[in-house]
Amino acid sequence: MVMFWVTILAVSILLYVLLDGFDLGVGMLFGLASDEPRRHAIISAVAPVWDGNETWLVVSGVILWGAFPVVYSVLMSAFYLPVLLMLAGLILRGVAFEFRHKTVRMRWMWNASFVGGSLVATFMQGLMVGALVQGLPVSGDRYAGGEFGWFSPFAIACGIGLCVGYALLGACWLVRKCEDDVRDQAYRLIPCLSAALLVFMIVVFGYALVGHFAVMTRWLDRPSLFVFPVVGVLAAITLAASVHRQQDALPFPMVALIFLAAFGTLAISFWPYMIPFSVTIEQAAAPHSSLAFMFWGEGLFVFPLMLLYTVISLTVFRGKVAASRDHY
Amino acid sequence: MEITALLLSRLQFAFTVSFHIIFPSFTIGLAAWLTVLEALHLATGRPAYRVLFDFWLKIFAVAFGLGVVSGVVMAFEIGTNWSDFSRMTGPIQGVLLSYETFTAFALEAGFLGVLLFGRPKVPAWFYLFSTAMVALGTTLSAFWIMINNSWMQVPVGYVVENGMFAPNDWAKIIFNSVVWSRFPHMLLAAYLTGAFCVAATGAWYLLRGMFIAEAKIMLRMGLYLAAVLVPVQIIFGHLNGEYVVRYQPAKMAAIEARWHNEQPASEVLLAWPDVANRRNLFAITLPPPWGSLIDSDSLDAAEVGLDSIPESDWPPILIPFFSFRIMVGCGVLMLALAWVGSYLSRKGRLARNRTVLWATFLSFPLPFVATLTGWFTAEVGRQPWVVYGVLRTVDAMTPFLTKGTAMISLIVFGAIYSFIFAFGIFYIYRLLRAGPVGRLGLPPTAVLPNRPLSAVDRPDAAAALIHLPAGE
Ligand code: HDD
Ligand code: HEM
Ligand code: HEM
Repeated sequence: MVMFWVTILAVSILLYVLLDGFDLGVGMLFGLASDEPRRHAIISAVAPVWDGNETWLVVSGVILWGAFPVVYSVLMSAFYLPVLLMLAGLILRGVAFEFRHKTVRMRWMWNASFVGGSLVATFMQGLMVGALVQGLPVSGDRYAGGEFGWFSPFAIACGIGLCVGYALLGACWLVRKCEDDVRDQAYRLIPCLSAALLVFMIVVFGYALVGHFAVMTRWLDRPSLFVFPVVGVLAAITLAASVHRQQDALPFPMVALIFLAAFGTLAISFWPYMIPFSVTIEQAAAPHSSLAFMFWGEGLFVFPLMLLYTVISLTVFRGKVAASRDHY
Repeated sequence: MEITALLLSRLQFAFTVSFHIIFPSFTIGLAAWLTVLEALHLATGRPAYRVLFDFWLKIFAVAFGLGVVSGVVMAFEIGTNWSDFSRMTGPIQGVLLSYETFTAFALEAGFLGVLLFGRPKVPAWFYLFSTAMVALGTTLSAFWIMINNSWMQVPVGYVVENGMFAPNDWAKIIFNSVVWSRFPHMLLAAYLTGAFCVAATGAWYLLRGMFIAEAKIMLRMGLYLAAVLVPVQIIFGHLNGEYVVRYQPAKMAAIEARWHNEQPASEVLLAWPDVANRRNLFAITLPPPWGSLIDSDSLDAAEVGLDSIPESDWPPILIPFFSFRIMVGCGVLMLALAWVGSYLSRKGRLARNRTVLWATFLSFPLPFVATLTGWFTAEVGRQPWVVYGVLRTVDAMTPFLTKGTAMISLIVFGAIYSFIFAFGIFYIYRLLRAGPVGRLGLPPTAVLPNRPLSAVDRPDAAAALIHLPAGE
């Protein structure tokens, strides 16, 4: 049971990162669009799916609360301010989808809240992951690190890194969904963003090495972990080739693969801890009666259905959207 | 009152959840009404249904967006401000919320895109199906959240283990007797909200002499539905009261401002409860056995007074007392209006009766007010417990949360919510004022170019529109 829920949690978080990752990324890139037809094309590329994407955040959150209540309670209370700012960002960008169509005079304001909200939400997510990698002090099932216990240069760097990463995912999504100018501009961004991401990874790795992070010893202990970086590198090469040959459909899955590799590296290097290195999966798990009840209903039957809805909605809206100039 | 992190957290929770509930109670009803319209349109082919559908869909989209963003906050706030509570009740409440997310939110979110943008891309039956799935999702969501909250009101089916509430009987938790009066009460509240908003919009257009055909449909459907549902709602409200009498005597005593044990009991209709001196000022009271009759369906039942409950277990008195009366008052007004309006409508006299039209137009806040005050009664009346009788609100909070941090988050939420609320309401108002634009509608078979139109732009795609004959 415990293993089942760890797996479902991991899948949900990964889906969240990939799905909301591209639409948060598109939100940040939206700031670069210079005129209304382009903005319209960009927002149309995510408007029908963003709500479904964001639901995976709620899914991850409630699996955490139901199946691993200790982790949920420690992380939420530890990250009080970052969670607050992330939510603020998600609210501001979420309402922008509907609100910007309702007005012409004030549209600049919702455009700004779309970009700013996406940026803040992404940064906060990266920051929290960074702080987690560095380690959070926990004593007796409660967080014990103080109000700013999550703050560190490393966490800030991870926040910036995730912004670059999501922007890259977003650019690949635009290449896939859009045509003409928007697509071409996105193509031009991919090499810069990829290079920035590479630099970021080197910095993070070096920093962890120098700072003697506890994770480092695990990387050295578990050489099989290097499978993931290898997958990542192969994906990066394919990405470069597909960008060069302008194969619109390929870059997105390649970047997704890079994210998968990074995610796998993190997950396995923390194993069996849920809050590195203080709370293990077993310690965090809810009583068996909770996990079993979740398993027999939502785990076995509803989760596959949720994957199905996601597929249905991505299929209904597959293919390119046009930059319709005639629209307003 | 001293300002503490606890007080600020309570204010923040009350504020954010009250903000949130405004939108679900509107969209649950509206989603059901959209499904009915779409089905009617497919069945009869009458263009007016399609016009109404397109019109209300735009309003639905705005309200739903506000519901989603404010709901996401709720799911995380429980951990940020109430971390001890979330650790202890996670094995039950987290599991219930995960059922809500898996069965309801995922369903809504999966099909919402089709509902808003997918009409030109999918067959008609699938579009109707998607509309129905969104409606089903909102209903399921109300179902699970009511189970969740009912467990906090009447905790059952658990043992305390390692400082956690470990479930030992899920059937008891889900088939908790109180759920079966509270869930219908909440669902009916949402349908009434939809019904009154629709009827009020119809009345508004009639008063302005616009969109007459659509306005009449809205007015009729809204008022007839309300005429049937308000009495049912009152019955379920009464059943709610019975559970409160049985399980939460302190809440009932506060609702009734009953200071001493009475047998048979009298009923205070209106008063100013003077808490310090434990008495009611300016009381208008029905003599015994009215109180016993209303609270326990009996002529000689004993009713508990606050006197016999330790003061440390008292909820605040004034809020439950007045909010309950406001809710019931709204219910009575709605009943009167729905019956008078339906009667006049059957006689064919409603369209000319400007007084009743005005009253209907102005009635749209009533269900919102009733829903909010209903929740205030239930939640404030539950104090000082979060999980009734077992976990106090003081012990539920994040222990190391400081006043400063709690203040920051309260201010941030206050500012953002006021901002988006103001614009959201303004945009909904503008959509309503514009009405179903120029009585234009899409022919059912119109093939639109393969481009996503925002739900809101649809009337702008005027090229693809045809003119419909005015009036039906
Ligand atoms: C009776 C109805 C009701 C009540 C009392 C609540 N909600 Fe709600 N909630 C809904 C009915 C609803 C809904 C109608 O289903 C919404 C509105 C928009 C939507 O997507 O679903 C929703 C949205 C919604 C979402 C966003 C889902 C998404 O991403 O699509 C979350 C996380 C919550 N709610 C959580 C809560 C919490 C933690 C509550 C109380 C503490 C709460 N809701 C009270
Ligand atoms: C959506 C409608 C709801 C409204 C308007 C509402 C209203 C309130 C109010 C006014 C308070 C503050 C009480 C006080 O501190 O005096 C409160 C507290 C609280 N409610 Fe609700 N409530 C709602 C639904 C829920 C639901 C569905 C849950 C369960 C998930 C819930 C859980 C809580 C908790 C945890 C608190 C904080 C602790 C407490 O003060 O009891 N509420 N609510
Ligand atoms: C007129 C007769 C009514 C009576 C006697 C009545 C009774 C009650 C009672 C006793 C409660 C508290 C339950 C608790 O403490 O848990 C309650 C809650 C509530 N009421 Fe009513 N009610 C009436 C009308 C209405 C109307 C017209 C609406 C909305 C349109 C409404 C909406 C609500 C809501 C949303 C709640 C909170 C949810 C809950 O606890 O179930 N009520 N009602």
